[in-house]
Amino acid sequence: MFTFTMLKQKSGKSIMKIPKSFLGYKRENGRAGTRNHVIILPVDDISNACAEAVANNIKGTIALPHSYGRLQFGADLELHFRTMIGTGRNPNVAAVIVIGIEPKWTKKIVDGIAETGKPVEGFHIERSGDIQTIMKASKKAQEFSMWASEKQREECPLSDLWISVKCGESDTTSGLASNPTVGNLMDKLEPMGVHLCFGETSELTGAEQVCAKRGATPEAQKKFMKTWNDYNDFILKEATDDLSESQPTAGNIAGGLTTIEEKAFGNFQKIGSRKFIDVLEPAEEPKKGKGLYFMDTSSAAAECVTLQAAGGFNIHLFPTGQGNIIGNPIEPVVKLTANPLTAKLMSEHVDCDVSKILSREMNLDQAGDKLIETTLKVANGRLTCAEALGHREFVMTKLYRSA
Amino acid sequence: MSQPDLIIHDEKDNVGVVVIETTKKGQDCSAWIMENDKTVKVPSSNEVPLGHKIALKDLKVGDTIFKYGHDIGKVVKEIKKGEHVHVHNVKTKKW
Repeated sequence: MFTFTMLKQKSGKSIMKIPKSFLGYKRENGRAGTRNHVIILPVDDISNACAEAVANNIKGTIALPHSYGRLQFGADLELHFRTMIGTGRNPNVAAVIVIGIEPKWTKKIVDGIAETGKPVEGFHIERSGDIQTIMKASKKAQEFSMWASEKQREECPLSDLWISVKCGESDTTSGLASNPTVGNLMDKLEPMGVHLCFGETSELTGAEQVCAKRGATPEAQKKFMKTWNDYNDFILKEATDDLSESQPTAGNIAGGLTTIEEKAFGNFQKIGSRKFIDVLEPAEEPKKGKGLYFMDTSSAAAECVTLQAAGGFNIHLFPTGQGNIIGNPIEPVVKLTANPLTAKLMSEHVDCDVSKILSREMNLDQAGDKLIETTLKVANGRLTCAEALGHREFVMTKLYRSA
Repeated sequence: MSQPDLIIHDEKDNVGVVVIETTKKGQDCSAWIMENDKTVKVPSSNEVPLGHKIALKDLKVGDTIFKYGHDIGKVVKEIKKGEHVHVHNVKTKKW
């Protein structure tokens, strides 16, 4: 089923036959996962210790500690809940233990996850303390872990893939080759019914007008411009200098990127010739069916991928120039680079090397096919470099100070 | 289809990107224009490392740098054809 038939090469087309399916875990709500995690999700910072103790007790579970969840309010609190609930709902997650300090917010998150039909149970620490809670939650976590371990991968249509993209530690090789490789994959896979998502609102600065024109409808275009303007106003309000070394980063500059505009046009190559059908809030689940979505995210890698995973995306493509090493605990992060030095010096972080594009020993169609092949291997269960190396960067986005 | 020293995205661009480990001072670089598949020759006045840009023509203060056929910033210090183009002579028009 997963043999890649090489066909005669034609310009602008796939030179291999793209498989129609992958091996995934079917979930209760009809979605499919590329992974089968049992997660221990702390509602707030002070419940991390409990969550980590449970994950230590029960093999086959992972805790997702983070720094927030207390006294947040307004849009910031909504985003916190959306991220927590979305992470639990992600089809790469088989079952969830939620642990919070008090019952109310814990229940809100449990209820949001329970809508998917997957096993989820909440525990709160007040009135029983850490040790009792760890014992009760560990019993349930053991049950979930052993139940999930029986799940088998089954044949799922390719359209069950929800692919998010974000680039990091970009350099000029990103805009020349690795980002266009992702664009090439999008051009080939979108017609097959996959969901796609790009973000990085601030890193489209300079290319925002060109990007807005890729909105499939006037509403999508308008929504994009409003989202970009709001983010840009926020940056201008908080900036104390010209953002040198923040955007572009010191790594970007070392790699030859000079301005945010140059970075933005490189970044924008990731969507190929696709149009986006809607603009999502951070961590919002898409509701308009198959196709490409833009999500309002920061451009910091771990923040962005965490939000996209919470939006329900089940596999991530991450082009890098200078060598960003990020991973995510629930969404496998496939890394590609076109920088020959990065491919050579940081090979343990590179899932797909497309550096031969620069020497013209490989064209974009061949690179896009190579990336599809790597993506499907990972969807079928092959560990990514980041997974093998233990990268589990789970980073919540916080909009402002707590009350 | 030999290996290029520089790649230029678009015919409109006034900079090209070094795609070999480094150019040598005085090197006559072969530059491939992706958009139209033409190859042109560009001199390199300095040693310019992989990923960094070289000016394809003389540029004055206030001129716009074009890459991908788009405006990516302004010249803040005069640049001669063949010279390294980076944060020392180009700035953003945003922020």
